[in-house]
Amino acid sequence: MMRRRTFLLAGLGAGGALFVGWAVTPPRPRLVGRTAPDIENGAVALNGWLTIAPDDTVTVVVPKAEMGQGIHTALAMLVAEELGCDWDRVRIAHSPVDAIYGNVAVIVESLPLRPEEQGPLARWLRWTTAKTARQVGLMITGGSSSIRDCWGPMRDAGASARTALVAAAAARTGVSADSCRVERGIVVCGSTRLRFGELVAEAATQKPRRVALKPMAEFTRLGIATPRLQGVRATDGTLTYSADVRLPGMLYAAVAHAPTLGGVPATFNRGAALARAGVSAVVPLAGSGYGDVAGVAVVADSWWRAQQALAALAITWTPGPHAALSSDTLTQQLRTAAQADDGFTLRGHGKAQDALDTAARTLEATYQAPYLAHATMEPMNATVRVDSGRAELWTSTQVPGVARDAVARVVGIEAEQVTVHQYVMGGGFGRRLDVDYIAQAAAIAKAVPGVPVQTLWSREEDMRHDFYRPATVSHLRAALDANGVLTGLSANSAGQQVFTEYGPRIGLGILRRVPDRTSTEGIWDQPYAIAALRASHTATALPVPVGSWRAVGHSQQAFFLESFLDEIAHATNQDPAAFRRAMLRDAPRARAVLDLVLTQSQWTTAVAPAADGQACARGMALHASFGSIVAQVAEVSLSSAGEIRVHRVVVAIDCGFPVNPNAITQQMESGVIDGLSTALYGEITIANGAIQQGNFDGYRLLRMHEAPRIETFIVPSMDEPGGVGETGLPPIAPAVANAVFALTGTRLRTMPLRLPSPVATT
Amino acid sequence: MTPPAIPRITLRINGERRQLAVEPEMPLLWALRETLALTGTKFGCGVAACGICTVHADGVPIRACVTPVSAVLSATIVTIEGLATSPVSPVASAVQQAWVARDVAQCGYCQSGQIMAATALLATDSAPTDAAINHAMRGVLCRCGTYPRIRAAIHDAAETLRAAAAP
Repeated sequence: MMRRRTFLLAGLGAGGALFVGWAVTPPRPRLVGRTAPDIENGAVALNGWLTIAPDDTVTVVVPKAEMGQGIHTALAMLVAEELGCDWDRVRIAHSPVDAIYGNVAVIVESLPLRPEEQGPLARWLRWTTAKTARQVGLMITGGSSSIRDCWGPMRDAGASARTALVAAAAARTGVSADSCRVERGIVVCGSTRLRFGELVAEAATQKPRRVALKPMAEFTRLGIATPRLQGVRATDGTLTYSADVRLPGMLYAAVAHAPTLGGVPATFNRGAALARAGVSAVVPLAGSGYGDVAGVAVVADSWWRAQQALAALAITWTPGPHAALSSDTLTQQLRTAAQADDGFTLRGHGKAQDALDTAARTLEATYQAPYLAHATMEPMNATVRVDSGRAELWTSTQVPGVARDAVARVVGIEAEQVTVHQYVMGGGFGRRLDVDYIAQAAAIAKAVPGVPVQTLWSREEDMRHDFYRPATVSHLRAALDANGVLTGLSANSAGQQVFTEYGPRIGLGILRRVPDRTSTEGIWDQPYAIAALRASHTATALPVPVGSWRAVGHSQQAFFLESFLDEIAHATNQDPAAFRRAMLRDAPRARAVLDLVLTQSQWTTAVAPAADGQACARGMALHASFGSIVAQVAEVSLSSAGEIRVHRVVVAIDCGFPVNPNAITQQMESGVIDGLSTALYGEITIANGAIQQGNFDGYRLLRMHEAPRIETFIVPSMDEPGGVGETGLPPIAPAVANAVFALTGTRLRTMPLRLPSPVATT
Repeated sequence: MTPPAIPRITLRINGERRQLAVEPEMPLLWALRETLALTGTKFGCGVAACGICTVHADGVPIRACVTPVSAVLSATIVTIEGLATSPVSPVASAVQQAWVARDVAQCGYCQSGQIMAATALLATDSAPTDAAINHAMRGVLCRCGTYPRIRAAIHDAAETLRAAAAP
């Protein structure tokens, strides 16, 4: 990677942009960083976000990780729209680690503010937080924040570069810049047509004073359904993931982690492993502080040989302090904690307890959700070479700066001595927000200096050494007046806190000391008008590693709240949709999403039976998360064996301006299918301190024959874009549970959703 | 103690005879991915539970992660990299084009396996029903939820192939 203090840039002047002071808020503080993007084939970087080569290839520099959500294509669209380049000449490159690529949106979003809160105090909080976030410069792909984070800077970057290219063309032709226009990678000045590639060197010396963004009404790329840029390479085996990295002389490491939480290796037969063909090292692992646990690694000339040699080690383990832990006792602990109703309240309003005390009628229910694994199709892996005070890392990560720092700390060198090569991910879902596998790979490579070592986890190690979605129990209580109006709601959940535990693992210990927004998100930030709302959480200290899992708190809380609202509607003889609609009187966007899904699903009509004649019923749910609102209607039947089957799901989403409608539709499909896997099957359980599931036979995921028909409808909008990657998941579990109730009269309050026997006769 | 020398074996892969010094019990997946650097075939589970390592042995889809190389010494093996030059290349090409047109892939990691399974299906069934697609594809997991698009793309590819075969 090139490392220069400065590089050619157009626009706002190198010195000013490079040394932005704390007190100054320049108009485009994220345009140019301190580290140049990788530059190849004589290309010129016009700012930190794009380079243009003499052959007109535009390389869009992306700071976000592609894990299937289509973000690389969408980010390229932001730049291409403003730049006016030829879309067919657009390429993608990962950005270096630099503060300009730090995620501002995700940090602002972590404030305990409801989306509609736009008063002076809320605006000031967001502004100062954004300013701090720019200083921190934490590169992170998460929280469905990428478009919100890059919507400004990457369009600015495209517009700034376009302005510089036009200025260069104007200077060369003597035509005024105002009379020039840009057409698909060409600046047209009167009768002269100049390609971007032949202008870029001169453009780099231009310093245009005024840069204007296109009006949204003039967009020709944004808002148009666009296929992903890597689509072809994903069909012919040439799309390369970090597990596919092959380097001259490289070795492979297989790892055995302590099977019990907190366990450590006691004895192992090093000689037996070293005697096997191809084995070059046995590396005991103590853990680095980045969340990687104790174990033993074998390094060999083949991963399979290394894996075979692990068995030859015949490791015995000291089980550690949690060897008695089991899911049953743990769940009971959570249920007791939730029902104590004494958790910490991050946000709420009114006096929910008073409403409950004076209500004409009250309802209460306890819901629970299990631990879940990320189970990315590509298991955790990283390749590291440690050599004379330097290190090189090949991996995929949602936090490249943290990954770089982790390698530096483990190897004992400065971060500047670490080169990071990033790849697209074979799935993320939040798992690659942690860098445990990277820190561990560095520790292993350090034991075999000078040689690149690829550390790859078996599926069993991957599933048993995850940072799980926390098991959570919630006790919900509703206060109703004589007309069935919900006048007060109390939701007290109990479980481990994701950010509180994640922060210290990545060097952000401060997260241990601030309230964890994720614990109660999905309750207090919903668009319903409820006079008194208490959303509280009892943080439960348990030794199970937990982390961000797609939609984080929303993934369980939507199931709890939307199921409970359904219970209230049925208990008061109201249509579940009409009951919600009445509470959305002050939320026109959410109400429009609800109306759209009701219309498209023919909510008020009878449902046809399934193909095998079994009765079908509909259930619905609506949930706001990550700046977007999604409503879903699921059509469900039971098989003759009593298994829940989902035939059709109708999705409506308002995600603000739909940057790439194609990707939005894909993500709604993805959220529904992922959410169905967890609604129907997903469950990580613990016995004697060990995770019981180890592979896809024990951790069931939805398969082709179980996938429903999915119809997605996007609300047209010119509002600021919202998140997409996670927002399709939260509503599906409650929509299905609500349909099961409509079908059977049985209310399922525990995920995964299973009908009690005798209905489920197998 | 010096480990015993590993004898060389010959595999017929993607139209070539390749000599490898690997143990007879080494799964084909690792011979492909490491010894031959054919990394288009992916590792997902190691126990034939996810299907993303699917390759063709004499035209039949098999799970490379549980198939020892000794079991395929007499077979003709085709991986995702060899589809274009294989006897099923017209089918594979229709499948790949349908995949792109439907924008099937998300993370893409399972798609080699999906395409190998779909190509094997369409090579023997020119008009698969949804039930036939379920049967052929249920063994290949996708964590991103591309199943509805895979189904649509298989129907599209079948139609393309039938149109091409029509007199």
